[in-house]
Amino acid sequence: MNPASMPIPPSSPYAHNDQTVRKVMLQVQLAAMPALLMHIYLFGFGIVVQWLLAVVTYLIVEYSMLKLRGRPVIPFLTDLSALITVTGLVFCIPPTAPWWVVVTGSAFALIFGKHIYGGLGYNPFNPAMLGYAFLIISFPVQMTTWIMPSEINGHYLGFMDAIEVIFTGALTSADFDMLTGATPLNEMRIGIAQGVTVAETLAPIAGHTSQTHYWLGLNSWAWINIAFLVGGIYLLYKRTIRWQFPVGFLGSLFLMAWIFHGYNPEMYPPASFVLLSGGTMLAAFFIITDPVSASTTPVGRFIYACGIGVLVYVIRSWGTFPDGLAFAILLMNIAVPLIDQYTQPRVFGHKR
Amino acid sequence: MTDTNTLADTPNSTAADAIETTPNVWQAKKAEYKKIMLNGLWQNNQAMVALLGLCPLLAVSNNAVNGLGLGLATLAVLLVSNTLVSLIRSHVSDEIRIPVYIAIIATAVTMIDLLMNAYFHTLHGILGIFIPLIVTNCAILGRAEAYASKNSVDKAIVDGFFMGLGFLVVLVLLGALREIIGSGTLFDQAHLMFGETARNWTITFSDDYQGVLLAILPPGAFIGLGLLIAAKNYIDQKKAAKLQNDLGIKIAIK
Repeated sequence: MNPASMPIPPSSPYAHNDQTVRKVMLQVQLAAMPALLMHIYLFGFGIVVQWLLAVVTYLIVEYSMLKLRGRPVIPFLTDLSALITVTGLVFCIPPTAPWWVVVTGSAFALIFGKHIYGGLGYNPFNPAMLGYAFLIISFPVQMTTWIMPSEINGHYLGFMDAIEVIFTGALTSADFDMLTGATPLNEMRIGIAQGVTVAETLAPIAGHTSQTHYWLGLNSWAWINIAFLVGGIYLLYKRTIRWQFPVGFLGSLFLMAWIFHGYNPEMYPPASFVLLSGGTMLAAFFIITDPVSASTTPVGRFIYACGIGVLVYVIRSWGTFPDGLAFAILLMNIAVPLIDQYTQPRVFGHKR
Repeated sequence: MTDTNTLADTPNSTAADAIETTPNVWQAKKAEYKKIMLNGLWQNNQAMVALLGLCPLLAVSNNAVNGLGLGLATLAVLLVSNTLVSLIRSHVSDEIRIPVYIAIIATAVTMIDLLMNAYFHTLHGILGIFIPLIVTNCAILGRAEAYASKNSVDKAIVDGFFMGLGFLVVLVLLGALREIIGSGTLFDQAHLMFGETARNWTITFSDDYQGVLLAILPPGAFIGLGLLIAAKNYIDQKKAAKLQNDLGIKIAIK
């Protein structure tokens, strides 16, 4: 028999998980949908405009960076990883922030978070969080001016309204300054600093961030978090993300909140508040699960996630920023090589 | 890389000193100076290639005028120290040369420090500790050790001047870059250096420009310097790619 016509046996690996970067990214994008819809329902169309701006930035930046680096454009542009980066970033910035905030943030995240290091797979830091850290340090005022949900400020932000606010910074149909306010996390921080007890801050008062007429008495921010939780559970079910990340992160955050709330309930908010405010659930399922910048060993993943949970609580309670997710994640990103080195799994057949 | 460039100059220096009147020798000297100039400004730029003196470079380059102030101070110190070190080069024994050089540099820095305190008092206050710290700037000791202690006075002065100028250019460039991005102005507070007439030298690019605070903060210095070095390497690579040998084949030797 002619050797050339012999059937070629399939080479290893024999087990496939049938995943490609694009497939994973699409799943993640899909899992973010409930939160996106919830966001539109509660906070108006600001996030849609921001997302479109971010996508345009991502296409331009990716194209020019790939051209500059002499890499093929189409395969890297269509792996959609940068789409997830900018989507993660868009959820972190105020929906009515001026247009240049999201544009510079996305560009910084992609250029300095990813391409400078050699592209996807080589970046030590999570690009979305790097972009967020860049924005919160560079534009603290714009990044902390959050619009209130329509149930509180009584004005639903339509698509045209959102475009007007984002590009001109003002609104003709309503006084824009009346629509913004402190987020629950900020409210809590200010309250504690002024000696208001946690219970008083959390008590539902009309016109206050704690006011709510939704189901279960949860406020709008809590519902966004729950929407992320739903998307996250889908990702867990699909095995796109590992369980160590959310379990470690939420577990350690819960433990910290529970211990300190038990120690002094007037100064430290209850665990339910900590877990359902800020970007907790977004981080737990969508940000810290980033396979490139996270730890890669099973034990390491758990340590990494626990570290982020503890740091988030520390920064929220005693730091200067209302939400410490970005800094906690970047700090643990730095620690990843060390964690990986000390948590190498035992090779099968080797000594215990 | 530093030393191969500078050491190559040593052998013919004594011969050149002996006869200076012949035009041929003058030509050779000019070529030599040109080499020193290129070395200081580009090939062996203390800030971008040798990466010496980064502490003051990163710390005070948050606007162009601060950069210019510290750059000029460093340039002056480098000129004085290179001259003196070169003058005493044959009288200092090898074992104690470093303390002697440091003493010379420290004297020069103290002079500059007092002069700046007298004539640019506010700028002196802004630059603060970084002026006395010029003593520990490795670029200055580096030039004293690697060049001035091995070469004639005239060449040491030229080297000191262009090394200092190269450092100054990078300081001002980085300062200007950070100032433009960070606050949207250029040459703000120029009156601290050039007197009252310079009060309106400030160039404001756009009134509603929102400064990128990060550029003025320390991370901005690192990112900015990294980008400058990348730009320099890019230009060098482009140049090297263009080089061809006699057969018309491209060669990639730097």
